[in-house]
Amino acid sequence: MKHLLSIAELTRADIEQVHKLTDSFAEVSRRSIPKVPALRGKNVVWLFYEDSTRTRLSFEQAAKRLSADTMTFSVGSSSVKKGESLRDTVLTIEAMGVDAIVVRHASAGVPWQIATWLDDRVSVVNAGDGWHEHPTQALLDSYTIREERGSLDGMHIGIVGDIKHSRVARSDVLAYTMLGAQVTLIAPPTLLPPSLEGWPVQVSHDLDAVLPTLDVAYLLRMQQERMTEYLVPSLREYTARYGLTLRRVDALRDDALVMHPGPMNRGVEISAEVADLPRSVIIDQVRNGVATRMAVLYLLLGQGADRVLDSDDITVPELQEVVG
Amino acid sequence: MATIVLKGGRVIDSTGERTADVVIADDGRIAAVGPDLSGDRILDAGGCVVSPGLVDLHSHLRQPGQEEAETVETGARGAALGGYTCILAMPNTIPAIDHAGLVREVLELGRTAPCDVRTSGAITVGRAGEQLAPLGEMAELGVRFFTDDGAGVADTRLMRRAMEYAGGLAGQSVVLAQHCEDPALAGGGHMHEGEWSSRLGIPGQPAEAEELMVMRDLALARLTGTRVHFQHLSTAGSIAMVRAAKASGLAVTCEATTHHFTLTHAECASYDPVFKVNPPLRTDVDVAAVRAGLADGAIDCIATDHAPHTQEAKEAAFDQAPPGMLGLQTALALAITELELPLAEVLALLSWQPARILGVDDEHGIPIAKGNPANLTVIDPAATWVVDPAAMASRSRNTPYAGRTLTGQVRHTLLFGEPVVIDGQAQR
Repeated sequence: MKHLLSIAELTRADIEQVHKLTDSFAEVSRRSIPKVPALRGKNVVWLFYEDSTRTRLSFEQAAKRLSADTMTFSVGSSSVKKGESLRDTVLTIEAMGVDAIVVRHASAGVPWQIATWLDDRVSVVNAGDGWHEHPTQALLDSYTIREERGSLDGMHIGIVGDIKHSRVARSDVLAYTMLGAQVTLIAPPTLLPPSLEGWPVQVSHDLDAVLPTLDVAYLLRMQQERMTEYLVPSLREYTARYGLTLRRVDALRDDALVMHPGPMNRGVEISAEVADLPRSVIIDQVRNGVATRMAVLYLLLGQGADRVLDSDDITVPELQEVVG
Repeated sequence: MATIVLKGGRVIDSTGERTADVVIADDGRIAAVGPDLSGDRILDAGGCVVSPGLVDLHSHLRQPGQEEAETVETGARGAALGGYTCILAMPNTIPAIDHAGLVREVLELGRTAPCDVRTSGAITVGRAGEQLAPLGEMAELGVRFFTDDGAGVADTRLMRRAMEYAGGLAGQSVVLAQHCEDPALAGGGHMHEGEWSSRLGIPGQPAEAEELMVMRDLALARLTGTRVHFQHLSTAGSIAMVRAAKASGLAVTCEATTHHFTLTHAECASYDPVFKVNPPLRTDVDVAAVRAGLADGAIDCIATDHAPHTQEAKEAAFDQAPPGMLGLQTALALAITELELPLAEVLALLSWQPARILGVDDEHGIPIAKGNPANLTVIDPAATWVVDPAAMASRSRNTPYAGRTLTGQVRHTLLFGEPVVIDGQAQR
């Protein structure tokens, strides 16, 4: 694997291999000194054109646990403000000698453009491009469900909220269905993509009707600015119809999970009490995010990563050695 | 007296087809058409078609203001190489061509160009859609075609007044042309709204954004009686409405671009901004509708919407890059390669039909007959060639057809009798 640009480019076997490798790195993360030399001498740069706290920190933690060196390209204080083009920025960073670029950008497709400009010399990881994809989020989300329930096969997963503008939803739909789950999108028509042609999903505008059938209720962040675009009348009405409140959560089956990619708007798409219930695995998602990103970086940059991918027996030699 | 003879070709014009040589006198007019003619200089037309020069109603020549992307001269050279003898400059320059001074400047720049360069004028001041531009003073300089191209005139009352006012311009056959796009519905959209925009996460603009303005302007044409021309129609719905309006006797015309009958929105999956254009690439159904409209007369002509952009402008994220693609050097070959139409019909769509809409049919698209101006192009309809962006005359390289093999090549182009292209090479 050279890049991780989208879930659409992966197969079920690819995702399952990432999950198995994530198990190994989750084990590393539980050690007293959770650090291995797997990516010693490798250099990873964060190219974040859009604000991100949790994704950037999660990648940073993952890289450090693998002993990679990291650099941050901070758009706010950089030459971008002086008019440097995206392509020049990327070529400049490459010339300094990096092994991977982890990019987030408000425009869909930028990770593909970067991979093209770099002629595949440097690995590119998509950390979120516009409304399009957020592949590591889908990998950690599906890993979390697998961790809780053993498998996604036959699960019914409801994704609730602003799907139209959500890169998380686009990646999750692909990953969940690839892994055998059935997905229902639950949102007002204004918050769905204009066309769902080719999407392997069902659609509902009635959360209450779907809740009793769900194994996972996956809630998306509802943004304030959607009101000014006439997409919903008010947050109050949105919460009344689509918010996962304490009253609604009782309709879920006992073993159903509640998930959210964060950051949450407590009291809007999810009530504070629901967020804190044991069935809510939102914090587990964040924890698994680090191990998932370790697995991704290892697959792209690790010695013999290809061999690991091809084997059923996931043993990573570098994991035996602990960095003191 | 030096004469030129086009030898051994098949002549095709609006009157029909025949095998004939064409002699051009040194006054730039056709001296004779017939078998076995001779002249001082022979241009071989063996195996080729001799046609009236092509006429483009939609060229962005970028001058003044964006000379790094194109100039009147480089655009005109590309046009000549593409078989055109007359092109119409769009007014969305910087500043916009919205008054006599800029009309004079563009016409002056065109005077030495290897193609007859005409200019359109903006309907509103600065193309801002707020105040009527001085259509009368531009019409006095010969402007016959007004548009705010790049944007539609959104204000219905203003558009109504523009149409009424244009109807009184010195009895001239002035055309009001519209780039149909409802800004409220299209706003923020960077490609066609549908299956691909939804999957790619790129904000889209629905077909209805175009169709609403077509619908409105058909109503205004009925109200005011003014001739309306619809630019670059791209949706099945738009074409159906224009077809129905024509059947009801309304004096409307329309054009379609080469990219709207050759490419679909699926191209955007590469995220390459070379496929970003406005109106956007649409669905298979729309492409089929454009082809059907060209075949049955619902669409009057093929236009290029030649829209050069510099490399740096197109090397941006898809949603940040400007829309537009090159067209002047590929339009004829795309029409020959892709449209399943007899060559005479292809040439009608590219030459005499647009010439009539623009009112230049006294000089361009005119029958190849004694006494008429020799604005001609000689085409080898069977020759194949590979599109090479670097080999184009344009200052820009943004063609979406790079590497494609096309059939049909321009061999010679004559502008008022002067061979401006010989054997595919620009002479100036």
